[in-house]
Amino acid sequence: MSKRFPTFRVSALVFGFAFLYIPILSLIVYSFNKSRLVTVWGGFSTEWYGKLFENTQILNAAWLSLKIAAINATGAVILGTLAGLALARFGRFRGRTLFSGMTTAPLVMPEVITGLSLLLLFVAMEQLFGWPSGRGVTTITIAHMTLTMAYVTVIVQSRLSTLDDSLEEAAMDLGARPAKIFFLITLPIIAPALISGWLLAFTISLDDLVIASFVSGPGSSTLPMVIFSKVRLGVSPDINALATIMVLLVTIGVVIAGILIARQEKRRQRDMQLAAAAGK
Amino acid sequence: MTALKAQAPHGQRHSAGAQLILRFLQQFPPYRWTQARLLRWGVRGRTAVVAVPYFWLLLFFLVPFVIVLKIAFSETQIASPPYQPLLQWAGENMLQIKLNLGNFMFLVQDNLYWQAYLNSIKVAAISTLLCLLLGYPLAYAIARASSTWRNILLMMVILPFWTSFLLRVYAWIGILKNNGLINNFLMWLGVIDQPIVMLQTDFAIYVGIVYSYLPFMILPLYANLEKMDLTLLEAAADLGCRPLRTFLTVTLPLSMPGIVAGSMLVFIPAVGEFVIPALLGGPDSLMIGRVLWTEFFNNRDWPVASAVAIALLLLLVIPIVLLQRAQAKGAHR
Repeated sequence: MSKRFPTFRVSALVFGFAFLYIPILSLIVYSFNKSRLVTVWGGFSTEWYGKLFENTQILNAAWLSLKIAAINATGAVILGTLAGLALARFGRFRGRTLFSGMTTAPLVMPEVITGLSLLLLFVAMEQLFGWPSGRGVTTITIAHMTLTMAYVTVIVQSRLSTLDDSLEEAAMDLGARPAKIFFLITLPIIAPALISGWLLAFTISLDDLVIASFVSGPGSSTLPMVIFSKVRLGVSPDINALATIMVLLVTIGVVIAGILIARQEKRRQRDMQLAAAAGK
Repeated sequence: MTALKAQAPHGQRHSAGAQLILRFLQQFPPYRWTQARLLRWGVRGRTAVVAVPYFWLLLFFLVPFVIVLKIAFSETQIASPPYQPLLQWAGENMLQIKLNLGNFMFLVQDNLYWQAYLNSIKVAAISTLLCLLLGYPLAYAIARASSTWRNILLMMVILPFWTSFLLRVYAWIGILKNNGLINNFLMWLGVIDQPIVMLQTDFAIYVGIVYSYLPFMILPLYANLEKMDLTLLEAAADLGCRPLRTFLTVTLPLSMPGIVAGSMLVFIPAVGEFVIPALLGGPDSLMIGRVLWTEFFNNRDWPVASAVAIALLLLLVIPIVLLQRAQAKGAHR
């Protein structure tokens, strides 16, 4: 290839990543700004972090969001694993087309529609069965699980379809029961996919404003709802401090998960090479 | 057999944890009870595996749409919940169905809704195009980088996606507003002496959408460009084809499934977007997601909000079909 192309590609990378990262960096820089006017530099200060930790409304909302996100992620991984397993390993079964449609549709459905439709369902269910009585943590968790299980399903399904099922077949030939095969063979193999699915479900739930606004009730304001009502009135420096903390936590989490998954993958490949070499 | 032995040390450590989970589950009384009960009913494990998520999705995904459809045809009333039932017992043994098309007539007749629809499509289409123009070179550069760099760059594309969407949109308020980053910088340079109004315009909405949905464009494009057969490009070069022409006649047509998938992944959520127009757009920037939100939360008109949702869904049928086709094509290759 000619020499012009690397220059073009490097500038595309530089420009693209500048666009992606400058806004995040600006949030971090201005969280240490002394001035109340977020964009006028008034010297270095950590006072907004102090203000943030005095704000009980934000802290309570953050705690509520973290709880919902953790329960949601666990539930979504269980449901998504079952769905992914069914789609990747069970071949054709009755209602498969509808099933696979229903697992992918939430991914592209506009959030306002998902939120509205779930709220109307909860209202109708309350009228008919008296459950869920009122709206709050339960309804938000159910709504988030429905959305995020779709992501887990896609991850698990694609992971399973890239692996051949010879190990599972071998275990079946040796007389292992399906449940045993799943827990001893399939689950350890797809564990990295489950970890990334859990993290994804956790962050999506932690981040969701629209669906939570529809299905939440009085007294159950999640963190994004509190942030949104504050931000709507304009920029405020303690939100910058909050953003910095969240970016930091997410970066650490993603990097650690990335390293763990990469290490596991490497080990698996080494095992397979060893096995291949010994088998010759 | 030797193969199994060689694998044993690591294999054992892997399955030790899983074995523990299984043993724990089997000790757990409800496990046995459920298993015995299911077997007596003749339900195999397989059926149960499908049935649980199936039932969940039917109840929490499909049924809600039926209810939205139902309420879209009912009349508003000031009560809780604020709509009239569709099915009513009229007199003795007479089931009366009241279908009210008024909500849809209202949508068709009121100019506001037409404008909101057209504006949503326009904004989503322009943002998708901008995303493609920005994302294609980036995806191309990543796909052609060395394999060590490729993973790092890909992770850097995904990393912002993990941080809060709301906060990333919020960051642009500080950048775009009148005394924000860009205006301050340009005034310091002396290029302008009056701040350019960028916040609360359609321009801000484009920036917000492109910024938020760029990874959705890059990932399918990357997946497509990465598996492209490079020998085709070599063949074109050997036959004397110039790089630009090679790109236009070989690379671009081959990457079409990636372009369609990425574009639809941006276009579909962008049409119904609420947060970005609410935070970055002006009060008059009508987008359908925002109209639905206002109908629901401010006017408390649930039937009209449902009718807006149904209309939005109808609008998205074609892009969703396109997306599914592109993905099926991508899987076949």
